[in-house]
Order: sequence, then C-alpha cells, then structure tokens
Amino acid sequence: MSGDAGGAQTERPAVPIVIIMDEDAATRGATVMIDRAGDDRALGTFTTLRPGGRGRTGGPLGRRAFLGAAGALALGWAGSGWSDADYAPARRGMLDAIADTTTRTAASTGVGAIDPTVMAALDRVLRHAFVPPEIEGLAYENRPLPIGHGQTISQPYIVALMTHLLALRPHHRVLEIGTGSGYQAAVLAELVDRVHTIEIVPPLARQATERLPRLGYGNVDIRLGDGYHGWPEAAPFEAIIVTAAATHVPPPLVAQLAPGGALVIPVGEPFSVQMLLLVRKGADGEVTVRQILPVRFVPLTGGH
Amino acid sequence: MNAAEQRAPGVLLLAAVALLSAAALGYEILLTRLLAIVQWHHFAFMVISIALLGFGASGAFLLVAGERIRLSVGPFVALAALAFGVAAPACFAIAQHVPFNVLELPWSLRPLGSLFLIELLLALPFFIAATAIGRALIVFGSSLSRVYAADLAGAGGGALAAVGLLHLLPPDRTLDGLGAMAAVAAGLAALRAAHIARWTLLANAAALIVVLAVDPGWGELRISPFKPLPQALRVTGAKPAESRSGPLGLVSAVENEKVPLRWAPGLSLLARAPVPEQVALFVDADGPTAIVRHRPGSPPPAYLGDLTSALPYHLLERPRVLVLGAGGGIAVLQALGGGARSVDAVELQPDLVAITRDRYSGFSGDVYGHPTVKLHVADPRAFVEAGRGEGFDLIAVDALGASPSGLHALEEERLLTVESMRAMLARLSPHGLLAVTGWAQLPPRGGPRGFATLVDALRTEGIEPAARHLAWIRSWNTSTLVASRSPLTEARTAAVRDFARARAFDLVHVPGIEAGESNRFNVLERPWFHEAAARLLGPERERFVRGYKFDIRPATDDRPYLWSFFRWAHAPEVLALSREGGSGLLAVGYLALPVTLVQAAVASAALILVPLLLVRRRGGRSGTARRPVTLGGFFCLGLAFLMMEIAFIGRFTVILSHPLHALVVVLAAFLVFAGVGSWLAGRRGTGDSGNSGSITLPVAGIVALAAAAIAALPHLTSWLLGSSPGTRIAAAIVLVAPLATLMGMPFPRALARLRRLDPALVPWAWGVNGCASVVGAVLATLIAVHQGQAFVIAAAALLYAAAAVACGRMGRESRNREGSSRG
Repeated sequence: MSGDAGGAQTERPAVPIVIIMDEDAATRGATVMIDRAGDDRALGTFTTLRPGGRGRTGGPLGRRAFLGAAGALALGWAGSGWSDADYAPARRGMLDAIADTTTRTAASTGVGAIDPTVMAALDRVLRHAFVPPEIEGLAYENRPLPIGHGQTISQPYIVALMTHLLALRPHHRVLEIGTGSGYQAAVLAELVDRVHTIEIVPPLARQATERLPRLGYGNVDIRLGDGYHGWPEAAPFEAIIVTAAATHVPPPLVAQLAPGGALVIPVGEPFSVQMLLLVRKGADGEVTVRQILPVRFVPLTGGH
Repeated sequence: MNAAEQRAPGVLLLAAVALLSAAALGYEILLTRLLAIVQWHHFAFMVISIALLGFGASGAFLLVAGERIRLSVGPFVALAALAFGVAAPACFAIAQHVPFNVLELPWSLRPLGSLFLIELLLALPFFIAATAIGRALIVFGSSLSRVYAADLAGAGGGALAAVGLLHLLPPDRTLDGLGAMAAVAAGLAALRAAHIARWTLLANAAALIVVLAVDPGWGELRISPFKPLPQALRVTGAKPAESRSGPLGLVSAVENEKVPLRWAPGLSLLARAPVPEQVALFVDADGPTAIVRHRPGSPPPAYLGDLTSALPYHLLERPRVLVLGAGGGIAVLQALGGGARSVDAVELQPDLVAITRDRYSGFSGDVYGHPTVKLHVADPRAFVEAGRGEGFDLIAVDALGASPSGLHALEEERLLTVESMRAMLARLSPHGLLAVTGWAQLPPRGGPRGFATLVDALRTEGIEPAARHLAWIRSWNTSTLVASRSPLTEARTAAVRDFARARAFDLVHVPGIEAGESNRFNVLERPWFHEAAARLLGPERERFVRGYKFDIRPATDDRPYLWSFFRWAHAPEVLALSREGGSGLLAVGYLALPVTLVQAAVASAALILVPLLLVRRRGGRSGTARRPVTLGGFFCLGLAFLMMEIAFIGRFTVILSHPLHALVVVLAAFLVFAGVGSWLAGRRGTGDSGNSGSITLPVAGIVALAAAAIAALPHLTSWLLGSSPGTRIAAAIVLVAPLATLMGMPFPRALARLRRLDPALVPWAWGVNGCASVVGAVLATLIAVHQGQAFVIAAAALLYAAAAVACGRMGRESRNREGSSRG
C-alpha cells in the first residue's frame, strides 16, 4: 500500500511552488517554508500564504554531484529549489552510508546488514520533505538535523538500525512516542499497515498532521498528548519506538507491548545517541533488555 | 596631550580608570553567568576566553593608531566609558540573535561562523575598555604603576560588583547595571575635560543612566531551544510557575497538569507503582530535578523504592541519613520511605529549597517540614568536613545533576573527589554506608571513575580489602555505588543480590561475585561494568586505567573534573567514529578547550605580529625590544599571571565551598593585591630608575610562595573546610595577598624598562600581555584537567622564572647597545 504511495511521491508531476510561512517561522521572523506540493490541504494550517514566488530551479543531477557536501552546506538554500527526483542520487548516497556504517558496527550491534525491506522503505521516504527548507540540501547527509522547536530529525543510520531492530511485518501494529518531524513515522508507515504516533509539542503535532497525509502517508494516526500512557485503545503493539527523552521505560508501554514484541529507545542527548535500548517481551510475557552501542568501539586497548 | 597631564593622572581619572576596569571585569563575570544560562558552561568559557582578546586587540590598536589620537586622556576615557556603557548590554543583546547551536559542532563546522561572530561582538566592549585603560597607561608613563594599580584594584572591585548585581537584579537586567557603572566612570573622567566637552559628556552619561534604568529590554535571555527548560515549556500543558535568581543560578519551576514530568532515572522495568505528578525544577535552564506530589501523613511514593538509589535502604534498619544535594526533596522522601529515623538534608542552592519549601509546601507534603527532617542550606562538602560527633548510618549522594553527555566536562565536582569521599567515610557510623548514584553512561566512564575514586578513598582511609566493602548495581541508565565502613556481611551481600534481582538491576560488584552473575538483565555486548570493577580492585589496576580509552583516573581535589573523560591518545579513533554512530563518545564540553586554544593562539599571533609588521613598514625604530626575548618575556608574564590565578581559584573553590564566592574572592584578592604590588613597585625609588627595578626579586618570591602553596594547600583544604565561612574567606585573602602582591610587580617594572628602551613598543607589550592572559587562562584549564592544579601552579612559577631571565637579558642587551650608541 504505502509503498505505492511513496513511489507516487517521487513521480509527482511538476506543480507551481508555493511559499508559505508557518507560525514558527513568523516568530523567528526569518525562514520561509517552501511547499512544492501545491496541495490545498496544506494551506489551512498556515497563517501567511504567498502563492507563486520562486520558479522551479531544479538543477541537473550533475550539478548536485559537483556541489557535494560542502556545496550543499553553503548553498543549502539553493537546494530547496530542487524537485523530489533531484534528491534521488543523494538518497542513494545516504543508503550507501547507512550500509557502510552498519557493516562497520556489526560487531557491536549484532546487526550485519539492515533488512532490505527497511532499506527500500528508506529509499522511498522523501527525507528532504521532513526538514526545514533552509537545510534541505543537508537532508540526506548521514547526520541528525535541527527541525525547529528544539527538536531534531535522527541520523539516518540510527533510524535504519532502530527500524531494523523492530523486525516489522506488514500486519504489525506500531506505536511511536515522539513524532517530531514525522520522518520515522513515515519510514514505519512504509513497512506496516498502521502506525500510531504521539507528539507532545503542539506545533510539531500540527505539522505532522499536515505533512504526513500530504506525502501520502494516510495510514498514520497522530495524536497530541502524553505518550507515557501509550495508546491503550490500539494496544497491544508488536513494536513501540520511543524517540522522546525518557528517564525510564514507561511501564504502560511495556504493558501495551504484545508478546513477542519489541520496544526500542535511543538514549542520549540532542544530536548524540549514546546507545539503543531494546526491550523484548517473550511469548511468555517475560521482558529482556539489551543495550546496544551503535558504534564499533571497545573501551579497552589491547587484550581483547 | 599636555605636559601637566603626563605628570599626574589625578584622583578623578584614576577613579574613572578603576571604575571602567571594574565594569570590564564585571562584564566578564556576568557574561559567564548569562551565557551559562542561555547555552552551557563550556560555551561561556569558549566565548569569553576569545572575547577577552579585546584586550590584546587594544594593544595592537594603540600601537598602530595611538599616536594619531588627538583627544586628551580625560575626554578619551569618558567617551570610551560611555561607549562601553552602551556596548556592554547591546553587544550581548545582538549576540543573542546570532543563530548558533553548539550541539551541532560534532556534525558540522557550520556553526563556527556564528561562533566567531558572537565572539567578535562580545570582544568589542572589552576592546573599548582596554583601549581607554591602555591609553591612560601609556600617556601617564611616569605614573604607570599608579594607573596599573588603579586598573587592577578596580578590576578586583568589579568582581565584587558583579556578585552584588546578581544578588540585586534579575539576570537579564544585570548588564544594564554594569552600563550604569560605566556611565559613572564616564562622568568622573569627563570632569577633567574642558568646559563644553565636560558638560556634553556629563549630560550623555546621565542620559545613559536614565535609559538603562528605564530598561531598554536588551537583556532578555534567549535560551538555546535544546536546553531542558525550553524543551519542557514547549510540551502541551506546560506552565512556567516561578523563577528565582541569585549568584548561584537561575532556578525555574515548570508545572504541567496535562503531561506531568515523571523524573525517575533508573526506575525498575518491573516497577508497578505509578510515578506521581511532579513539578520540574531547572537550574540555569538545565536539569531537571523534581518535586514529587506527596500527601502528608501518607507513605512516600512507592516507586522511590524501585530506583537503584534505594539499595542502601534494604541494607539498613532505621538509619540516620544524610542526603547531600537534596534539591526538590526526592531523596529525602526516598529516605523517609526507606524507614529513616532522621534525615539531614543539605542543599547549596537556596532558591531550589525556597521554591520547594514555600510555593510547593502543600504539593510536596511539606517534605522539608517533616518532624524528622532537618534542612541545611550549605555546601555539602563543607557540611561533611565541618561535622563532628555522631556518625550517619547512610550518606546518600545524588550525582545525577550533570547530564551524561559530556556537556559538563569542564565543570568541577568537589563532592566526589578522593578527599571528599574520605571525609564522608569518616562521618559514617561503624556499620554505615556511603551511596553514590549517577548515570551509567555507555561505554562506561563515570561509573568506573566513581568506583576507582571510592576504592582510593577506602584504601587511604585504611579500609581494606576494598572489594569486601563495596557493592555496585546498575539499571540501563543509572548506577549506584555503595561503600561500607565495615566489611559487607553475607546477609548484606544477599540483600544486595535480592534487591537487584527483584528489580531486574544488574550486579556489577558484590563481595564474592561470580562472572556469570553480572550482565544478566540489561545485557551489554560484554560485561563492561563488571570487568572494570574487577580490574580496578585487582593487582593490574594501574594497567587497566592506563589502557582504558577514557580518562577514569580517580578524581581528586587537585583534579576535580569528574566529568572529563577525554584522552588525547584515543582522540583520532573517537573523532573518526563520531559520525558512525559514535556521536555519544564525543565530549562536546571538553572539545571547547582545544577549539578555544587554537582560536586564541591564532588570534593572538595575529594581534601581536600584524601591528609589529605595520609599525616596521612605517619605519619603526630599531631597538632591543623587537627581539623575540622581549616578546617571550611579556608573553610569559601574561601566561603566568593567569595560570596562577586560575589554579588558585580552582583550589579555593573547594576551600570556600561556593563556586561563585571563590571566583570573586580569589579574583578580587589577586587583582587588588597585584594592584598594591604594582603601586609598591613604582614607589621603590622615584621615577624611571625606581620603575626599572629588577623583577628578579619579586619572581624569586613568587617561585618560593608557589612551592609553599603546592606543599601546603592539600593540608590547608581539609583544615580550613572545618572552619566558619568568614574564617575561610579571610584565610583565602591572607593566603593570596603576599603572592598576588609580588605578582603585581614584574609587569609594571618590565613595562617601565621597555618604556625607557623603546617607548613606542609599550602598547604592543600591553597587547602581548592581553593575548597571553587569554591563552594562559585556557591553557591553565587544559593542563588542570589532565595534570591537576598543582602542576599548573608549578608551570606558572617556571614561566615567571623564564620571564625574569628574559627581562634580565633584555636589560643587558639594551645597556650594551645604549653604551655603544653613546660611544
């Protein structure tokens, strides 16, 4: 289902660019969001609207290759004029980086390679549509990025690893705590029939409510509120992913985990993941915890 | 300038110089506070270090352009003070609008541009003040020592003024107060100007005071959106409830009925009891810590028994408990729930206590008003050291304050050093326990260092074998260390095992632990924690510590950087891995040091060399002073002064047991007495001959006193910590006075000599000294983190000796040259 939707995204016909300013941008007084979808649904949630604006200036692929990372850094704004298709090579570069890092870290993570279905999902999600336009050119770098509201979009490698660890099947019910940009939810939505996601920051929840359907992810239910209690009406879940900071694993979430299910939490600070916590519930209901260092690192020199 | 002006600066102008100098130093201290609130401590360190290069830049400016300034000193200082009064609050306000995210630095160098801009902005007020003071120094060359003395004494007063402002005003208004101070300086200097200029300047000074008093709103704090306070406020339902500020920080309380905070680090996965509603407390927008809802009369919330920190309560019967760092009272509630007979709660931050006790008295079930709880607003370290009499059955330390990410790498932790842990062990009853709970970072860092520190403390107290006195458990994110004065009995060991098993916590160490017992619930790739504990207790401990990729040497009073784990030997590996999922390995806080040092070195080189080249191109004079030996001499003097000062501030932070008071008392004492020294240096004899007195003698004194300090400070620390705060402050001043007085002598004497040899280079030396001060401050911290503060003191003494040699050589060469030119 959603695979097709994702495919449709990349082949969407050219539409006029709409420049809109969201309320956050208004308070910062600086940035402008560019929405190439020209989708009327988008308009309602924004306070200011200036249709028309910049023409499509999508550069040829060669130019992108030429610019490289440094160019994208300096000319991030120029990148925002590109079409979805223009980003395909960058996305493939991101996938290569993920595959490469996964191989290197296999000894620590126990994951030799990311599940091909997860990689395919990452290839379908337009990551650049989930970051603020002024840093769109950096969207496929293998690094976390700021998305406003003091939040970040996770490093692609970490997204891939966490999604892999959840071992998803299409029929799995998935709960995400901390929608953020909606990118992780979109990746999940590419893999399963139904995703439930909870966000506690109102503007982020609003933004995801607008963004995810617009990008074709109609199978994501978004709720504004307290993720601590999970989503009892939709429980149990075969997979739960907690991307919000937590000092402990909320007991209601463990309770809502289906037998055989997995819960994953990236632990760390903004822009830096220290470890991944993987909680599994056995068929008998017994809970086991694994702490995974997402990097090939042995704290001791020699002797090991 | 006229001849009369050259002869005598006059009291008014000296007062203006002192006041402007006070404002500049006050600016440095207030920026440290403000930047720590809006960003982080290490960011403040980085930015202010570089901004202080404004002093170096003033020297360069005066060297190149000084002769073209037509304005006489009085109006010049007045104008500069006015400019400072505007720039100090305005530059900070503008800098706050430069978008900058320090957390992104491991991923991208993009923020460095913004960083540079911020540093440049904040350097401007320092540049303005230093240019005015520098010009006064140059113009009143024959009274150089008096001007320098006014500069130093004023700076000392500025340190005190900054604390006064922090007491009196909310943080966002403090810079306005400083601006007003500069306006007064402008008024004093203006009195030396001719009629019209005088009244114009006075009117402007008055106008500036009025504007600042009305509150231009420049100071509004724009806190990084990635800090915990703004994060909490963004959550739906969040209500900022109260905020209080003082020299120790800005405390903010946030309520949220819709999505309440649930702060429970290390809560067992098997915990069934709910986490009750909490009010979040933030210090300098960092944290949080919490106040838990509790109904008086009912038992404390049961979840508190399912944290790793609850372990000691399962080993003790009705203990007398000392809670160090009580904050919002969670640990006190935990103690009450754990059956404590009495609880002594110690907290340094008065506003945390006040908010808990006053506003949330009902909410918290009046935790501090409980009949068996006794609250002490005091420094925990001093409380432990000062105590006499009956021992405690449990001393509980919460080290969860600092985030585990390495953002606090440059902050000193005085409570968890070997010396401090010894003092705590000494205050325990015969079967008493010391329990320390902290984050269990991965790969293990803080845990092994805490354990190593505790092992050292036990051994030096003669409590051996340490392995039989220690227990260590961990959850996936916290670890609790327990040390017992008496060997852990089998019953107690069994209780540790039961406690851990029932809550799915992992055993790291208990007496007689078997390898298979650890790493069972929160499974790591290898049992890193257990292996570390076993090695740290074993014969190959030194080898293990040396071979570990993080610095886990025990923290000491001399090297109290508990959170700094960076080792240069493994920097290439960590840096290479930082993008491959290893971002958590990088300590951003530590990296501020080398980044700042490189910036400081590059900028200093430019500020020292470029003006020289310019002057030479203009056909500068020949002279001894160009020789590298002169540069070396002045650079050594600048380095040495700051290194000595920083090391002493570090040591006295432990003794004075209050970070800001230590900074201010020691800094003020150093500056004021250096001012006295400078004045004395000028008085010995008259005129140039007196000023050019040798610096060998004061340097010999400095070296001797530094050696004495290194030998005596460890003993003094413990002895003084037991005395009253007043005694400690007096002792600090008495101890600093002789050293600082001597340290005030070499610079003016060397400068006076240079003035005789090559007056054109005096401003350049002022600039060299300014640059060296900046490099010295950064270098001092870098060395202290790795080698300790005693090492820094020794290095500073050596640099003074080197400066004396350089100064002597400069003199001889010049005499020869003068002789030959005469002949």
